[in-house]
Amino acid sequence: MENAPLLEMRNIKKDFFGNQVLTDINLTLKPGEVVGLVGENGAGKSTLMKILFGADVIRETGGYGGDILINGQKVNFQSPFDAIAAGIGMVHQEFSLIPGFTATENILLNREDKKRSVLSYLFSDRLDTLDRKKMNENAAEAIKKMGVNIDQDMKINSMPVGHRQFTEIARELSKEQLKLLILDEPTAVLTEKEAEALLESIRGMSKRGIAVIFITHRLNEILAVCDKVVTMRDGYVVNESPAGETNVKEITQWMVGKSIGDDVSSQAREEKDLNRKTILSVKKLWVDMPGETVRNVDLDVQEGEILGIGGLAGQGKLGIPNGIMGLYQAGGEVTFAGESIPLNSPRKCLDSSFAFVSEDRRGVGLLLDESLEWNISFPAMQIQNKYLKNYLGGIIKWRDEAAIKEVTDKYIDELKIKCQSSKQKAKELSGGNQQKVCLAKAFALEPRLLFVSEPTRGIDVGAKALVLDALKKFNREKKVTIVMVSSELEELRQTCDRIAIVSGGKVAGILPAGEDREKFGELMLKNC
Amino acid sequence: MNKNNISDLMRRFSVPLMFVLICAVCAPVSGLSPSYLANEIVTRMGRNAFLILSLLIPIMAGMGLNFSMTLGAMAGEIGLILVCDWQIVGIPGMILAMIISVPISALLGLFCGKVLNMAKGREMITSYIISFFINGIYQLVVLYMMGPIIPIKHTSIKLPRGYGIRNTVSLLSMRQKLDNLIPLTIAGIKIPVATFIVVFFLCLVIVWFRKTKLGQDMRAVGQDMEVARDAGIDVERTRIISMVLSTVFAGIGMIIYLQNMGNIATYSSHSQIGMFCIAALLVGGASVDKASIGNVFLGIILFHTMFIVAPKAGTVITGDSMIGEYFRVFVSYAVITVALIMYETNKRRDKSKAGKQLALEQEAANE
Repeated sequence: MENAPLLEMRNIKKDFFGNQVLTDINLTLKPGEVVGLVGENGAGKSTLMKILFGADVIRETGGYGGDILINGQKVNFQSPFDAIAAGIGMVHQEFSLIPGFTATENILLNREDKKRSVLSYLFSDRLDTLDRKKMNENAAEAIKKMGVNIDQDMKINSMPVGHRQFTEIARELSKEQLKLLILDEPTAVLTEKEAEALLESIRGMSKRGIAVIFITHRLNEILAVCDKVVTMRDGYVVNESPAGETNVKEITQWMVGKSIGDDVSSQAREEKDLNRKTILSVKKLWVDMPGETVRNVDLDVQEGEILGIGGLAGQGKLGIPNGIMGLYQAGGEVTFAGESIPLNSPRKCLDSSFAFVSEDRRGVGLLLDESLEWNISFPAMQIQNKYLKNYLGGIIKWRDEAAIKEVTDKYIDELKIKCQSSKQKAKELSGGNQQKVCLAKAFALEPRLLFVSEPTRGIDVGAKALVLDALKKFNREKKVTIVMVSSELEELRQTCDRIAIVSGGKVAGILPAGEDREKFGELMLKNC
Repeated sequence: MNKNNISDLMRRFSVPLMFVLICAVCAPVSGLSPSYLANEIVTRMGRNAFLILSLLIPIMAGMGLNFSMTLGAMAGEIGLILVCDWQIVGIPGMILAMIISVPISALLGLFCGKVLNMAKGREMITSYIISFFINGIYQLVVLYMMGPIIPIKHTSIKLPRGYGIRNTVSLLSMRQKLDNLIPLTIAGIKIPVATFIVVFFLCLVIVWFRKTKLGQDMRAVGQDMEVARDAGIDVERTRIISMVLSTVFAGIGMIIYLQNMGNIATYSSHSQIGMFCIAALLVGGASVDKASIGNVFLGIILFHTMFIVAPKAGTVITGDSMIGEYFRVFVSYAVITVALIMYETNKRRDKSKAGKQLALEQEAANE
């Protein structure tokens, strides 16, 4: 008889207030096995992981159905701490690190090596003193296990984002009992090189017998590192197959449940007249955005085009729109249609009819606790006095609820935002739908220049196509110039007219979208 | 780079520098002799150091300036009043007063910690208001319950009406008993050796405390409560402990303070002590989220030099002694306000500094 598998999930069911989100999920994991978990947003991946990790939210919403077995023993985690004790580690998308502590202190947070002292016998063991030497040794060992080198004495707030991610992974690896590691989109913030290192590190863990559940939207990574790919859709496991026997196209089909068109090739776009005048001119721009520093950027945007800005993560492509719009400190000259635009002043930008769809949709993009109506109409109301009824010659302004509802319904319809009503709160929507609300908000401003930053980050394939189409349509019909920043080159090539590649904080070059992939690739690595 | 560093230091120590200037201008005008000044400063160092040190732990735990240290001060006063009535004199009296004050302070600290846990992110204003609230209860106890409920025998401390405590309670029996326990005079300056030893011991405790697991937990909680909680640190408990420790130390500190003064102003001693201690700490270069033992001592020296020379200088210049008194209080509040504003602006400036660096680099590259 074979040994029981490390983890077995049997017929897992979960509903949130009658809304079935997981149905009969079965998943088995052997020690050292690497499983890739893929699925569109809302497919139930996160919920499944939350169940496995004993998250409070699951218990608060009525628990789950089915059994989880670890080494053949049925378990029922009351809190994440139970899960940790059972050998499950999880690296979240959001960093869970203390900014002013060194890597060592963070890796061993609340598990520090201690020395007894007289007072700790008298009072409690919290009065033990820390054994710094031993802590350093243990942290170094965990970093070695991970196989990616990070400076263990560096404080987190002076680290690049990638290293923070590795610090978190090292923290999980430093736990002796770790048998199963859940990585929730760990490569999203990593540069290509770092992502490579992470994949290598996953292989190392697997050799040491640690099983890994790897959640990512980057299917190539899954194929490169996983033994098995599990695809989820609408709360079901729709496919489970060895990674060696499948390919990206197949997985994508399983994920969306319909066969999608082979490739919306960039050639299919109608050629536009590219001999137009420059509408936005950026000179010597610098932006201090942590992790996305921009240095000395000169960039011209032509009227009516869609300009793509691509490049690897952390090279500064996000800094350009954020800097111009005044969200991070910036310097340099920006001229729009002959007028100079002051930097560090978001209001001035908005008044010059710029609009910005931020990559940080929960933080900057949305009023999470407000209704869709408010979210979509708020900027237009605030900046352009739209959707307002004036009384007494404009001294008193009342919201025009009817107009607000009308415009909201229009965009819900146009962008196919899945919601119960226009009164629903923004935070209750899924990521893809939230992104659509962000777009609607910008569209409602009817800008002359629209910055879109990572419009498809973390949203599923279906929503992706819709968002990109909406942008193209907006550009075509309203003659709006769009600057789109994205880390996915393919997406830029499908959508844009020209693509600027940013590398090392500078524009490495601008190419027409039809150019070969290799040429873009060369530019991306130019200043790295 | 070097230039940058200097201006950076200047900014960080702008409050202490301002006080150095005030003192440098006022000291000669006041006409006080250097030996008198030195004597006064040393006395006040012994008097205040323990109280101000009690503020350090909540800052470490990210709870800001502990305005509710007044609670500990009240507990200390209650201890002293009782000991006074029981006529236990000298050092034993002080120790007994401390023993009485510790459970009261601990209870008050526990209460305060619990309330502050409900008001995360607004600790300073909450603790300030709590100090007013508890002051009301203190008055109820001292003014009405001492006599009928808590037996007070001696008429010398009782109000003539038969219950409640007089406005001033004399501590003649233990006046400067600790300060003079080990007599030492150097160059005409009287040094309260025993008090300094106690203060030094508390400094050691604080240094050691930073190295303990609890200290590490407090630093973690101070920087990011959510992360600390995810790591399994009991955030609420840790914050309560920091409040309890601070309040207990404040109680002991108040007893040391009052033994030096030699009398208790029953209804006002504690009310200003929190303000002055916080002002002194801030004058020493501390901020809302960062304070060290060095800040405490520098703060005492600067703040109290100003305290001593400013009224004198005011009298000399205007001929009115009230102006100096007014100046003291005014400056204390001003310092706290300035420190709070600077805390915010420095946070913002740190952010923009990196940007300026970038602009400079770029300029250099373009040339």
